[in-house]
Amino acid sequence: MFNKLTDRFQQAFRSLTGRGHLTESNISDALNEIRKALLEADVNYQVTKQFVADVREECLGEAVMKSVTPGQQAVKVVHDKLVALLGESAVPLELSGSPAVIMLCGLHGSGKTTTSAKLALYLRDKQKRKVMLAACDVNRPAAIDQLEFLGKELGVPVFLDRDLKDVPKLALLAVDAARKQGCDTLILDTAGRLQIDQDLVQELADIKRRVQPKEILLVGDAALGQEAVSVAEHFDQALGITGIILTKLDGDARGGAALSMRQVTGKPVKFVTVGERPIDLEVFHPDRMAQRILNMGDVVSLVEKA
Amino acid sequence: MPSLFQFFQRGLQKTKTSLLRSLQGILGTQTGAWTAETYERLEAALIATDLGVEISARLVNEIRDRYERGLIATGEDVLAVARESILASLPTSSSPMHEAVAGPTVVMMVGVNGSGKTTSVAKLAHYFAASGKKVLLAAGDTFRAAGIEQLCIWGERVGCPVVAGKHGGDAAAVAFDAVRSGKQRGMDMVLIDTAGRQHTRRDLMAELEKVKRVISKEMPDAPHEIWLTVDASTGTNALNQAREFGKLFPITGLVLTKLDGTGRGGVVVAINEELGYPVRFVGLGEQVDDLQPFVATDFVKALFA
Ligand SMILES: Nc1nc2c(ncn2[C@@H]2O[C@H](COP(=O)(O)OP(=O)(O)OP(=O)(O)O)[C@@H](O)[C@H]2O)c(=O)[nH]1
Ligand SMILES: Nc1nc2c(ncn2[C@@H]2O[C@H](COP(=O)(O)OP(=O)(O)OP(=O)(O)O)[C@@H](O)[C@H]2O)c(=O)[nH]1
Ligand SMILES: [Mg+2]
Ligand SMILES: [Mg+2]
Repeated sequence: MFNKLTDRFQQAFRSLTGRGHLTESNISDALNEIRKALLEADVNYQVTKQFVADVREECLGEAVMKSVTPGQQAVKVVHDKLVALLGESAVPLELSGSPAVIMLCGLHGSGKTTTSAKLALYLRDKQKRKVMLAACDVNRPAAIDQLEFLGKELGVPVFLDRDLKDVPKLALLAVDAARKQGCDTLILDTAGRLQIDQDLVQELADIKRRVQPKEILLVGDAALGQEAVSVAEHFDQALGITGIILTKLDGDARGGAALSMRQVTGKPVKFVTVGERPIDLEVFHPDRMAQRILNMGDVVSLVEKA
Repeated sequence: MPSLFQFFQRGLQKTKTSLLRSLQGILGTQTGAWTAETYERLEAALIATDLGVEISARLVNEIRDRYERGLIATGEDVLAVARESILASLPTSSSPMHEAVAGPTVVMMVGVNGSGKTTSVAKLAHYFAASGKKVLLAAGDTFRAAGIEQLCIWGERVGCPVVAGKHGGDAAAVAFDAVRSGKQRGMDMVLIDTAGRQHTRRDLMAELEKVKRVISKEMPDAPHEIWLTVDASTGTNALNQAREFGKLFPITGLVLTKLDGTGRGGVVVAINEELGYPVRFVGLGEQVDDLQPFVATDFVKALFA
């Protein structure tokens, strides 16, 4: 499938770049291919439609049509617009407050617990923070054990209470514990939940009200399909998320969901995760993501050289 | 117990992505002839179910063809065409499970990270135990932090014994022990949980292959079934997952998980068309009884609800 996609792309770009001038119909053909490529990368339908319309408008403008290499300019427009939509460059975490509280949320199995541990390691080693993890998932069997294990492995303290089921209260106690132990950063791991599960989403809203996290990060699987928009919209409306973490990029999902989630919330993708080990966390790079979504890495660099 | 259809609809009612509603929006207000825009909106509605670009385009063509030949005229007709066409491409009755001639039937659960393997193993244990079978579980995920504990807790809840090794131990050895123990203890079924892995990881895929190989050493016709979990919120990548897992093992079925969410799992249609893997069960929540056998007519009805 991916080879087909690459071919499709190169075909589209060849039809653009091989010409001295462009017509509206050349552009339409190419845009049709790009539209398909985006949909096959699981970019949401509406987001795709808007994107293609924007690109079309810009390609038909003078800057492209009248340039010496209109086709290459058009390719660049696609790439640059995608990068712009994904966010120009990585946005750092907001870590004021003592402790600075970071809450992770998302669907079941998206990677929250693992990512909590990854973030703890990153903040400790790269930003010299003193980090504590808090086990706020009281639903999933052995969720607390999982976080406890990861904390031990990394040498990061974990706040937990196996008897307390009141999650907002757990979060408050964790803040106290972090203060007492001199930790300047507290990461809350929460249970997976559906964005449409009002009771469970309310639980997160209650945590937010009571501990005022500086960062509320939505953890989303790179393989999410067309529902990515609904997921991001609902979590954002209920909680006012501050950013997105895209997980499991070591698979071969093209990650179109990133574009959809970014687009509907306007919130930046801050990190991506690329494996199961605690070190597999990377700062997000919009240009790499754009190239991955379009599968057009080499095409762009060729254009840029030209 | 509510039907699959009712369950499924509960999730969908809470979103605005209901296909039925969008179709009504498209066609209910339509007065004149259907236009390019009608078909475009139709395609959008189909793609929203994660059926994929190809199948959606094919359905739209079919619908256009019938409309132009004067065979259909209403939104209800459109739904009927879509349903009929998808249903025709799904197997009417999925082939029965392979069962052991003698000794326990061994089922191995595989899939990408977080797709719902461990929970599904627990639900299946509950399901089969309820029909009077003696079920043994194997904690074949020795990699994930607390993966063993997670399965052991489930084992207790569903009242089934669990064979487990140590964290970081050899998964194949656990599976081997479980099958042997299942035979000795007169079990009817052995359900083997495995660690999640991306299908792109050669080394991890080879390890899974080894688990299977070692099982057949203890019991030549086992594993009798290898099921792939597919998260209903996954998009087109699930097709790749199915292809790659399928290259390594004879996948005999899918478990479509998290169908209680808003993801509709349309990608299983594409998987079924290309690879022929039937959906065996669907997961509809986090509790042990949130599992139902797959019923194609219900699924298709719900897909286009
Ligand atoms: N390959 C890969 N696996 C990942 C990555 N991030 C997380 N995982 C795996 O995905 C699975 C689920 O991760 P968790 O961190 O437990 O997910 P969660 O969101 O906490 O899950 P729940 O608490 O059940 O909702 C585990 O097997 C992780 O090892 C990643 O970047 N790459
Ligand atoms: N809503 C819902 N959640 C589910 C369903 N099935 C599993 N889950 C949840 O999804 C998360 C991941 O499930 P697991 O069974 O741990 O997934 P896994 O495939 O074993 O994960 P790894 O072993 O880490 O690869 C857990 O939070 C489960 O409770 C389902 O049908 N519906
Ligand atoms: Mg978790
Ligand atoms: Mg598991």
